[in-house]
Amino acid sequence: MVLDRSPQLDRVFRALAHPARRAMLRRLSEHEQNLSQLAAPLRMSFPAASKHVRVLERARLVRRRVVGRAHLCRVDREPLAAAVDWLSEYRRVLERNFDRLDDLLEELKSSAAPRAAKSPRHPAP
Amino acid sequence: MGRHAVAVTTPNDTDVVITRSFDAPRALVWDAMTKREFLERWCIGPPGWRMSECRDDLRVGGTFTWAWTNEAGVSFSMSGVYRVVEPPRADGGGGRVVRTESFDMAEMMGTECGGPMPEQLSTLEFTERAGVTTVKVTLHYGSKQARDGAVASGMTSGMEIGYARLDEIFAERLAAPSSTARARS
Repeated sequence: MVLDRSPQLDRVFRALAHPARRAMLRRLSEHEQNLSQLAAPLRMSFPAASKHVRVLERARLVRRRVVGRAHLCRVDREPLAAAVDWLSEYRRVLERNFDRLDDLLEELKSSAAPRAAKSPRHPAP
Repeated sequence: MGRHAVAVTTPNDTDVVITRSFDAPRALVWDAMTKREFLERWCIGPPGWRMSECRDDLRVGGTFTWAWTNEAGVSFSMSGVYRVVEPPRADGGGGRVVRTESFDMAEMMGTECGGPMPEQLSTLEFTERAGVTTVKVTLHYGSKQARDGAVASGMTSGMEIGYARLDEIFAERLAAPSSTARARS
Protein backbone atom coordinates (compact mmCIF):
# COMPACT_ATOMS: atom_id res chain seq x y z
CA MET A 1 0.00 0.00 0.00
CA VAL A 2 2.89 2.34 0.68
CA LEU A 3 4.38 1.72 -2.76
CA ASP A 4 1.00 2.41 -4.45
CA ARG A 5 1.18 6.00 -3.26
CA SER A 6 4.66 6.67 -4.56
CA PRO A 7 3.60 7.79 -8.06
CA GLN A 8 1.29 10.48 -6.65
CA LEU A 9 3.93 11.73 -4.24
CA ASP A 10 6.44 11.75 -7.05
CA ARG A 11 4.05 13.87 -9.14
CA VAL A 12 3.79 16.39 -6.31
CA PHE A 13 7.53 16.66 -5.91
CA ARG A 14 8.15 16.88 -9.63
CA ALA A 15 5.53 19.61 -9.86
CA LEU A 16 7.23 21.54 -7.06
CA ALA A 17 10.69 21.14 -8.54
CA HIS A 18 10.08 23.69 -11.31
CA PRO A 19 10.51 27.38 -10.41
CA ALA A 20 7.73 28.55 -12.75
CA ARG A 21 5.26 26.17 -11.13
CA ARG A 22 6.33 27.22 -7.65
CA ALA A 23 5.79 30.82 -8.71
CA MET A 24 2.31 29.91 -9.96
CA LEU A 25 1.50 28.18 -6.67
CA ARG A 26 2.58 31.24 -4.73
CA ARG A 27 0.29 33.46 -6.83
CA LEU A 28 -2.58 31.00 -6.49
CA SER A 29 -2.17 30.73 -2.73
CA GLU A 30 -3.42 34.31 -2.55
CA HIS A 31 -6.55 33.86 -4.68
CA GLU A 32 -7.97 32.22 -7.76
CA GLN A 33 -6.38 33.35 -11.01
CA ASN A 34 -7.02 32.72 -14.66
CA LEU A 35 -4.35 31.29 -16.92
CA SER A 36 -3.47 34.65 -18.51
CA GLN A 37 -2.88 36.15 -15.08
CA LEU A 38 -0.57 33.25 -14.22
CA ALA A 39 1.29 33.44 -17.53
CA ALA A 40 1.90 37.21 -17.67
CA PRO A 41 4.47 37.69 -14.85
CA LEU A 42 6.36 34.64 -16.10
CA ARG A 43 6.30 36.04 -19.68
CA MET A 44 4.99 32.73 -20.83
CA SER A 45 2.65 31.83 -23.68
CA PHE A 46 -0.84 30.57 -22.89
CA PRO A 47 -0.11 27.00 -24.09
CA ALA A 48 3.12 26.87 -22.06
CA ALA A 49 1.33 28.10 -18.95
CA SER A 50 -1.47 25.62 -19.56
CA LYS A 51 1.07 22.82 -19.77
CA HIS A 52 2.53 23.79 -16.40
CA VAL A 53 -0.94 23.99 -14.87
CA ARG A 54 -1.64 20.50 -16.23
CA VAL A 55 1.38 19.20 -14.33
CA LEU A 56 0.06 20.90 -11.19
CA GLU A 57 -3.40 19.45 -11.80
CA ARG A 58 -2.05 15.92 -12.22
CA ALA A 59 -0.29 16.39 -8.90
CA ARG A 60 -3.66 17.48 -7.47
CA LEU A 61 -2.08 20.72 -6.31
CA VAL A 62 -4.31 22.89 -8.48
CA ARG A 63 -7.92 22.63 -9.68
CA ARG A 64 -8.96 24.28 -12.93
CA ARG A 65 -12.46 25.19 -14.04
CA VAL A 66 -13.32 26.62 -17.44
CA VAL A 67 -15.84 29.48 -17.56
CA GLY A 68 -16.36 30.57 -21.15
CA ARG A 69 -12.82 31.05 -22.43
CA ALA A 70 -11.32 31.70 -19.01
CA HIS A 71 -9.40 28.91 -17.24
CA LEU A 72 -9.79 29.68 -13.57
CA CYS A 73 -7.20 28.04 -11.32
CA ARG A 74 -7.29 27.48 -7.61
CA VAL A 75 -4.79 25.82 -5.27
CA ASP A 76 -5.78 22.70 -3.37
CA ARG A 77 -4.04 22.99 -0.01
CA GLU A 78 -4.25 19.41 1.22
CA PRO A 79 -1.72 17.69 -1.11
CA LEU A 80 0.58 20.71 -0.85
CA ALA A 81 0.50 20.59 2.93
CA ALA A 82 1.30 16.88 2.78
CA ALA A 83 4.27 17.54 0.49
CA VAL A 84 5.60 20.51 2.45
CA ASP A 85 5.35 18.72 5.78
CA TRP A 86 8.17 16.42 4.72
CA LEU A 87 10.59 19.20 5.59
CA SER A 88 9.84 18.72 9.25
CA GLU A 89 9.93 14.97 8.75
CA TYR A 90 13.39 15.32 7.24
CA ARG A 91 14.59 17.38 10.19
CA ARG A 92 13.09 14.76 12.48
CA VAL A 93 15.01 11.99 10.70
CA LEU A 94 18.22 13.99 10.90
CA GLU A 95 17.62 14.79 14.57
CA ARG A 96 16.92 11.14 15.36
CA ASN A 97 20.05 10.03 13.55
CA PHE A 98 22.16 12.63 15.35
CA ASP A 99 20.61 11.75 18.73
CA ARG A 100 21.72 8.18 18.14
CA LEU A 101 25.15 9.50 17.20
CA ASP A 102 25.20 11.45 20.50
CA ASP A 103 24.58 8.19 22.37
CA LEU A 104 27.27 6.36 20.43
CA LEU A 105 29.77 9.16 21.10
CA GLU A 106 29.06 8.99 24.85
CA GLU A 107 29.78 5.29 24.69
CA LEU A 108 33.01 5.82 22.75
CA LYS A 109 34.13 8.55 25.14
CA SER A 110 33.64 6.47 28.23
CA SER A 111 35.46 3.50 26.77
CA ALA A 112 38.31 5.75 25.53
CA ALA A 113 38.88 7.78 28.72
CA PRO A 114 36.68 6.79 31.65
CA ARG A 115 38.11 9.47 33.95
CA ALA A 116 37.66 12.41 31.51
CA ALA A 117 35.21 15.03 32.81
CA LYS A 118 32.24 15.86 30.59
CA SER A 119 32.53 19.18 28.73
CA PRO A 120 30.06 21.88 29.69
CA ARG A 121 27.14 22.19 27.25
CA HIS A 122 27.52 24.80 24.53
CA PRO A 123 24.64 26.28 22.58
CA ALA A 124 24.39 25.17 18.96
CA PRO A 125 26.08 27.54 16.47
CA MET B 1 20.95 14.84 28.58
CA GLY B 2 20.73 18.05 26.52
CA ARG B 3 20.87 17.91 22.74
CA HIS B 4 22.39 20.27 20.23
CA ALA B 5 20.02 21.39 17.48
CA VAL B 6 20.55 20.59 13.81
CA ALA B 7 20.54 23.62 11.51
CA VAL B 8 19.61 23.32 7.82
CA THR B 9 20.20 26.43 5.68
CA THR B 10 20.55 27.56 2.06
CA PRO B 11 23.21 30.29 2.30
CA ASN B 12 23.56 30.74 -1.46
CA ASP B 13 22.02 29.64 -4.77
CA THR B 14 23.68 26.25 -5.07
CA ASP B 15 24.22 24.83 -1.58
CA VAL B 16 22.37 23.25 1.30
CA VAL B 17 24.26 23.39 4.60
CA ILE B 18 23.58 21.11 7.57
CA THR B 19 25.32 21.94 10.86
CA ARG B 20 25.34 19.98 14.10
CA SER B 21 27.58 20.03 17.18
CA PHE B 22 28.58 17.06 19.32
CA ASP B 23 30.03 16.86 22.83
CA ALA B 24 33.03 14.77 21.79
CA PRO B 25 36.55 15.24 20.41
CA ARG B 26 37.03 15.49 16.65
CA ALA B 27 38.78 12.17 16.35
CA LEU B 28 35.81 10.31 17.81
CA VAL B 29 33.21 12.17 15.73
CA TRP B 30 35.29 11.53 12.61
CA ASP B 31 35.42 7.80 13.34
CA ALA B 32 31.69 7.66 14.10
CA MET B 33 30.82 9.37 10.81
CA THR B 34 33.26 7.52 8.55
CA LYS B 35 33.62 3.97 9.84
CA ARG B 36 31.16 1.27 8.90
CA GLU B 37 31.06 -0.35 12.35
CA PHE B 38 29.75 2.96 13.77
CA LEU B 39 27.74 4.30 10.83
CA GLU B 40 25.30 1.43 10.83
CA ARG B 41 24.51 2.12 14.49
CA TRP B 42 23.14 5.62 13.93
CA CYS B 43 22.78 6.49 10.23
CA ILE B 44 19.64 4.45 9.82
CA GLY B 45 16.63 6.75 9.25
CA PRO B 46 13.09 6.35 10.56
CA PRO B 47 11.86 3.30 12.47
CA GLY B 48 11.78 0.19 10.35
CA TRP B 49 14.87 1.07 8.32
CA ARG B 50 18.41 -0.23 8.69
CA MET B 51 21.67 0.07 6.84
CA SER B 52 21.92 -2.98 4.61
CA GLU B 53 25.20 -2.20 2.94
CA CYS B 54 28.22 -0.05 3.76
CA ARG B 55 31.04 -0.64 1.34
CA ASP B 56 33.52 2.11 1.92
CA ASP B 57 37.05 2.77 0.67
CA LEU B 58 37.95 5.91 2.58
CA ARG B 59 40.81 7.33 0.52
CA VAL B 60 41.21 9.77 -2.36
CA GLY B 61 39.74 8.07 -5.42
CA GLY B 62 38.08 5.39 -3.29
CA THR B 63 34.42 4.55 -3.89
CA PHE B 64 31.62 3.96 -1.45
CA THR B 65 28.12 2.52 -1.54
CA TRP B 66 25.73 2.85 1.38
CA ALA B 67 22.36 1.21 1.18
CA TRP B 68 19.31 1.12 3.37
CA THR B 69 16.41 -1.29 3.48
CA ASN B 70 13.12 -1.37 5.36
CA GLU B 71 10.93 -4.10 6.79
CA ALA B 72 9.05 -4.44 3.52
CA GLY B 73 12.32 -5.12 1.73
CA VAL B 74 12.34 -1.82 -0.19
CA SER B 75 15.82 -0.41 -0.54
CA PHE B 76 17.76 2.50 -1.96
CA SER B 77 21.42 3.43 -2.00
CA MET B 78 23.87 6.28 -2.17
CA SER B 79 27.26 5.93 -3.81
CA GLY B 80 30.16 8.04 -4.94
CA VAL B 81 33.85 8.76 -5.01
CA TYR B 82 36.06 10.35 -2.37
CA ARG B 83 37.91 13.43 -3.62
CA VAL B 84 39.44 14.61 -0.32
CA VAL B 85 40.08 12.56 2.81
CA GLU B 86 41.92 14.43 5.58
CA PRO B 87 41.54 12.84 9.01
CA PRO B 88 41.71 15.28 11.94
CA ARG B 89 45.24 15.92 13.18
CA ALA B 90 46.35 16.74 16.72
CA ASP B 91 47.61 20.15 15.52
CA GLY B 92 44.02 21.11 14.68
CA GLY B 93 44.41 20.65 10.93
CA GLY B 94 42.64 18.14 8.75
CA GLY B 95 39.12 17.00 9.52
CA ARG B 96 37.71 17.24 6.02
CA VAL B 97 36.00 14.89 3.58
CA VAL B 98 34.84 15.76 0.08
CA ARG B 99 32.92 13.20 -1.96
CA THR B 100 30.44 12.93 -4.77
CA GLU B 101 27.05 11.46 -3.91
CA SER B 102 24.39 10.05 -6.16
CA PHE B 103 21.30 8.12 -5.24
CA ASP B 104 19.80 5.03 -6.74
CA MET B 105 16.11 5.40 -6.06
CA ALA B 106 14.86 3.26 -8.93
CA GLU B 107 13.37 0.57 -6.75
CA MET B 108 11.63 3.04 -4.46
CA MET B 109 10.30 5.37 -7.11
CA GLY B 110 9.46 2.81 -9.77
CA THR B 111 9.33 3.51 -13.47
CA GLU B 112 7.92 7.00 -12.97
CA CYS B 113 11.37 8.22 -11.95
CA GLY B 114 12.24 10.77 -14.61
CA GLY B 115 15.81 9.76 -15.34
CA PRO B 116 19.04 9.82 -13.32
CA MET B 117 19.19 12.23 -10.43
CA PRO B 118 21.76 14.99 -10.37
CA GLU B 119 24.94 14.19 -8.51
CA GLN B 120 25.75 16.34 -5.53
CA LEU B 121 29.12 17.21 -4.07
CA SER B 122 29.28 16.76 -0.32
CA THR B 123 31.86 18.40 1.97
CA LEU B 124 32.11 17.46 5.64
CA GLU B 125 34.18 19.71 7.90
CA PHE B 126 35.02 18.86 11.51
CA THR B 127 36.13 21.65 13.85
CA GLU B 128 36.64 21.36 17.60
CA ARG B 129 36.54 23.96 20.34
CA ALA B 130 36.75 23.14 24.07
CA GLY B 131 35.74 19.52 23.59
CA VAL B 132 32.77 20.30 21.33
CA THR B 133 33.04 19.24 17.71
CA THR B 134 30.96 20.99 15.07
CA VAL B 135 30.28 19.12 11.84
CA LYS B 136 29.31 21.21 8.84
CA VAL B 137 27.96 19.31 5.83
CA THR B 138 27.77 21.34 2.62
CA LEU B 139 25.80 19.80 -0.23
CA HIS B 140 26.73 21.51 -3.46
CA TYR B 141 24.65 21.29 -6.65
CA GLY B 142 25.53 22.18 -10.22
CA SER B 143 22.95 24.94 -10.46
CA LYS B 144 20.31 26.81 -8.54
CA GLN B 145 17.63 24.82 -10.32
CA ALA B 146 19.28 21.53 -9.36
CA ARG B 147 19.57 22.64 -5.74
CA ASP B 148 16.01 23.96 -5.58
CA GLY B 149 14.76 20.84 -7.30
CA ALA B 150 16.59 18.65 -4.82
CA VAL B 151 15.21 20.58 -1.87
CA ALA B 152 11.68 20.60 -3.28
CA SER B 153 11.78 16.91 -4.01
CA GLY B 154 13.56 15.95 -0.82
CA MET B 155 16.50 14.47 -2.64
CA THR B 156 19.37 15.90 -0.66
CA SER B 157 21.53 13.65 1.47
CA GLY B 158 19.45 11.81 4.04
CA MET B 159 16.18 13.14 2.73
CA GLU B 160 15.51 10.04 0.73
CA ILE B 161 14.89 8.32 4.02
CA GLY B 162 12.34 10.96 4.95
CA TYR B 163 10.80 10.47 1.51
CA ALA B 164 9.97 6.89 2.31
CA ARG B 165 8.38 7.87 5.60
CA LEU B 166 6.48 10.69 3.92
CA ASP B 167 5.05 8.24 1.46
CA GLU B 168 3.19 6.64 4.36
CA ILE B 169 2.03 10.00 5.71
CA PHE B 170 0.82 11.07 2.29
CA ALA B 171 -1.02 7.79 1.88
CA GLU B 172 -2.89 8.54 5.09
CA ARG B 173 -3.82 12.02 3.88
CA LEU B 174 -4.97 10.85 0.45
CA ALA B 175 -7.09 8.19 2.08
CA ALA B 176 -8.83 10.71 4.36
CA PRO B 177 -8.47 14.17 2.81
CA SER B 178 -11.06 15.81 5.03
CA SER B 179 -9.40 14.83 8.29
CA THR B 180 -7.14 17.26 10.09
CA ALA B 181 -3.41 16.59 10.23
CA ARG B 182 -2.64 13.64 12.47
CA ALA B 183 -0.01 14.03 15.12
CA ARG B 184 3.09 12.12 14.12
CA SER B 185 4.97 10.28 16.80
